[in-house]
Amino acid sequence: MALLTKKDANLIIDPLTDNNPITIQVLGICSALAITAELKASVVMAIAVIFVMGVGNVVISLMRNIIPAKIKIIVQLIVVATLVIVVDQVLKAFAYELSKTLSVFVGLIITNCIIMGRFEAFALGNGLWRSFLDGIGNALGYGVILVIVGFIRELLGSGTLFGYPVLGDPIAKTGLYATGYENNGFMIIPPAALIVVGIIIWVQRTQNPALVEEG
Amino acid sequence: MAFNTDKNLYTVIFAAMMVVVVGSLLAFMASSLESRIKENERFEKQQNILYAMGVNENVDKGGVEFVPTDIVEGEFEKYIVDQLVIKGDSILEDNEAYLIDMKRQLARISKGETPRLPLFVGEKDGEQLYIIPMYGKGLWDAIWGFIALDKNMVVQGVFFDHKGETPGLGANINQRYFMDDFTGETIMQDTRYAGISVAKGNNDPLNERKDDNKVDALAGATITGDGVSAMIKQSVDLYKDYLDGIREN
Repeated sequence: MALLTKKDANLIIDPLTDNNPITIQVLGICSALAITAELKASVVMAIAVIFVMGVGNVVISLMRNIIPAKIKIIVQLIVVATLVIVVDQVLKAFAYELSKTLSVFVGLIITNCIIMGRFEAFALGNGLWRSFLDGIGNALGYGVILVIVGFIRELLGSGTLFGYPVLGDPIAKTGLYATGYENNGFMIIPPAALIVVGIIIWVQRTQNPALVEEG
Repeated sequence: MAFNTDKNLYTVIFAAMMVVVVGSLLAFMASSLESRIKENERFEKQQNILYAMGVNENVDKGGVEFVPTDIVEGEFEKYIVDQLVIKGDSILEDNEAYLIDMKRQLARISKGETPRLPLFVGEKDGEQLYIIPMYGKGLWDAIWGFIALDKNMVVQGVFFDHKGETPGLGANINQRYFMDDFTGETIMQDTRYAGISVAKGNNDPLNERKDDNKVDALAGATITGDGVSAMIKQSVDLYKDYLDGIREN
C-alpha cells in the first residue's frame, strides 16, 4: 500500500502550486515582505514554519474535540506561541548560532496568518495524519515562495546569495560590476518583495488561466 | 464520554488546565536548558570581545569568523590580561566582568545611581588594547558591541550586533565589510572624544580617510547607523576619565 493516497498527496502538492497560501490565498504576505531581503533568512523562516505548522496542526487536531469554541482562537495562539518558544529554546541550547538568526523572526511566526488559517480551516476538522500533511504542505508552499523571493531580492539587491558574492566585487568593480552593472538598492526594501510576489502571481496565472477569478 | 464544550465552567477549567500544562512545559524546558544556554551566552561574549581585539578566524575576504567555541575560554584567558570594573572613582579587578549587563548599568545611570562599568585589557602582538563594551538603540530594538582601542585612541577593531534590525539593511551592522571600516579610525578630534560617525555621503566608500571620525553608512539603514554613532559616542564618554589616564596622544 502506498504511504500516501492520492487525496493525501494532494494535501502536500496543492499548496505548492494551485492553492499556494501566498500567491493564491494571499496569506502570510507580511512576513514574506519583511524577511526576504536575504536568502538565508528566507530559508530559516521556511524551516521554522514547517516545524511549527506541522506539529501545531497535529496538536490542534489532537485537541479538536475538546477545545471550547469560545476560546478556540486563544488556544490556537497558545499552541503556536508555545511551539515557537520551544524551538527557540532548543536552538539556543543546541544550535546557538542558528537561534540568533531565527530570533528576529520568532514574532513573525506567531503572527503568521497561514498557521492560524490552517488550524482553523483544517486541523480543527480532520485527523492527525491528514492535519500533519496539510501543515507540512502549506508550510512548504509558503517556504517555496519565500525562497524564490529571497533569491531574486538578494541577488539583484546585494549581488550575493547566502551572503557570498556571486556577481563580483561592487567596490573593486570586478565580475559583472566591471561591465557597469550596479546593485539595485530598491530590491532590499520591502516594497520590492510586493512587486516580486506580484510577478510570481502573474506568471502563475498566465500559466494556469483557471486560477484567474472572473471579474 | 462526550464533553459539552459550550459550558462556561468547562471553558474556565479548560483554560486553567491549558495554562498549567503550557506553563509546566515551558518552565521545565527553561530550567533544563538554562545551564546550556547560559554557557553558550558566556562563550558568545568571550568570542565577541576577542573578535573586537582582532583575535578571530577571519580570512582575507569572507565573513565574520569567531574563535571556535571549544577553545574560546582558553583563548580568552590567554589574550585578556585584565578584567576591570570601574565604579565611580574606584577601579577593581573582577574575573567575571565580561558577564556584567551593560543595559542594567545604563539604567542605573538614568536613575542617578553609580554604574559598574566593565573594561577589558587585552594584549596582542605585544601591544595593550582597551576593549570597551557598548550598548545602544537601533531602529527596532537594542544594538550592542565592543570597541578595542590602543593607547593613541585608534580603533583596533570593533564588534557590533543587534536584536532585531531589518535583515539586509540595519542588520548588516554585524557584517564584516561594515565593521572592518572602523579599524584605524581615531575616536579623538584634537583633545575631544568625538567617537566615530556612521556618515551618509562622505564620498569615501573605501574608507581611506582615517582621521575624519567617519565611516561610510549602510544603504537604507540611516536610523541604525545613527544608533551606532550615538552608541559609540556615549560609550566612549562613559570611559573618558579612564581613557584620559592611559592616553599617549
